[in-house]
Amino acid sequence: MLQVKEIHASYGPILALRDVSLEVPEHGIISMLGANGAGKSSTLRAISGLLRISGGSIEFEGQRIDHVAPERIVEMGIIQVPEGRQLFTDLTVLENLRLGAYTRRDRDGVRADMQRVFEYFPVLAERQKQSAGTLSGGEQQMLAIGRALMGRPRLLLLDEPSLGLAPIVTREIFAIVSALNAEEGLTILLVEQNARLALGIAQYGYVLETGTVVLHDTGKSLQQDEAVRRSYLGY
Amino acid sequence: MEQFLQQALSGIASGSLFAILALAIVMIYRSTDVLNFAQGEMALFGTFIAWTFLTRMDFWPAFVLSLIVAAAMGAALERFVLRHVEGAPVLNAVIVTLGLFVVYGGLSLSVWGSFPKSFGPFSVFKGSPVDLGPASIGRANVGILVAAVIIMALLYLLFQRTSLGLAMRAVAQNRVASRLVGIRVGQILSIGWGLSSAVGAVAGILVAQTTGLTLDLMSRVLLFAFAAAVLGGLNSPVGAVLGGLAIGVIKNMAATYIDPGVDVTVAFIVIVLVLMVRPTGVFGQRVLKRV
Repeated sequence: MLQVKEIHASYGPILALRDVSLEVPEHGIISMLGANGAGKSSTLRAISGLLRISGGSIEFEGQRIDHVAPERIVEMGIIQVPEGRQLFTDLTVLENLRLGAYTRRDRDGVRADMQRVFEYFPVLAERQKQSAGTLSGGEQQMLAIGRALMGRPRLLLLDEPSLGLAPIVTREIFAIVSALNAEEGLTILLVEQNARLALGIAQYGYVLETGTVVLHDTGKSLQQDEAVRRSYLGY
Repeated sequence: MEQFLQQALSGIASGSLFAILALAIVMIYRSTDVLNFAQGEMALFGTFIAWTFLTRMDFWPAFVLSLIVAAAMGAALERFVLRHVEGAPVLNAVIVTLGLFVVYGGLSLSVWGSFPKSFGPFSVFKGSPVDLGPASIGRANVGILVAAVIIMALLYLLFQRTSLGLAMRAVAQNRVASRLVGIRVGQILSIGWGLSSAVGAVAGILVAQTTGLTLDLMSRVLLFAFAAAVLGGLNSPVGAVLGGLAIGVIKNMAATYIDPGVDVTVAFIVIVLVLMVRPTGVFGQRVLKRV
């Protein structure tokens, strides 16, 4: 569904991505692992069109999407839940969700999806009228995912959903993420520092170091890989 | 008591003019972080355009046409000038809007000349004062008040009830997030500048109702509008409106009860005092910038 081929990208003089290739099959959960600054978020930014690549190509369903504007990429169905959630904190929960459906014109579908989001995250229904900034960290992450779902994604890019959350909240969110994949067939590309969690739900994983892919394999094999265990799983 | 009511009413009327221009300033500041010093001169230019149309047609078509022209000019300004200084140090944008202040003033002078133009009052603003029991209020002030209420109501509806308004608020808050939900940020910013420019033109047309159209029409109003925006909190539309009304009333009260010459002084003393207690303005929020 998504093919990233040998992309390069930099922030000014600093090279962020070097020869990164990865593939996301339809209905899969693929995960990217790596330390801070390894290039995981940069890869997602490149896919979303927020970071211009200087080499290589990105294809979505056979169509080149590098050098396509971020808004167009959203319309094509690639929706990102960015690192740090990037909510509209002064707007209400409901307004955040409405904005998630900004590119859609099918009012009935939007209403149905709103109900669906409320079923996945009942707490959001209770807090509809509250401003997003007053939510707890876990609720904010749920809202960020809910907002992305409102855009009816065909490919969901999830950047560090566990960041700053208590383990119990993280587990809850991961359970919902894997339910979205299992029940609705939603294709997911997951970036996560918590390798144990990520490999627990991903079918395939890529390990990034200093801007390049150093290892990739099925989730199960990566869990057993000696180097991965030492560097990322800590045992 | 009657005099007090009387002065409060006319203070509210002149204050609502400051409020409208302050709203225009706040709309731009919220979404682009640019303090548009040219807002007053843009409004002046728009008012001259309205005057030109008025010499050729009836009031309403001239009014609508001039708002369309003002909006188009504002949008073009964002697209072709301001967008290119974005991301540069804040001072660049300040210099650019100060430059535009001079450019618009100069353009107005060279196109329409320095001779004052008579501009209204239009029929809706004419007639005997309206009696309100203990106080009465001039027709021009009634007209200004009604117009101000209509503009504020329309802006409120736009921002709170439409998806365009929601997108404008979203862009004002977080541009990256806006792009990630598919909002064309550039387009929204252009629309914001256009809208603000049109609102400014309405303010200019209203000011000209009582003073006629002169080149320095907006200079004082701009000063008070800026003061109103700062007093209310630069990122708060509600603050801009209340700040404008407060300044109008304080100014009038000072002129009535202290001395006609000190109205401006007293108004600014109050502003300084308020800002000493609340540096972000009465309704302003401290904005946390993430890098």
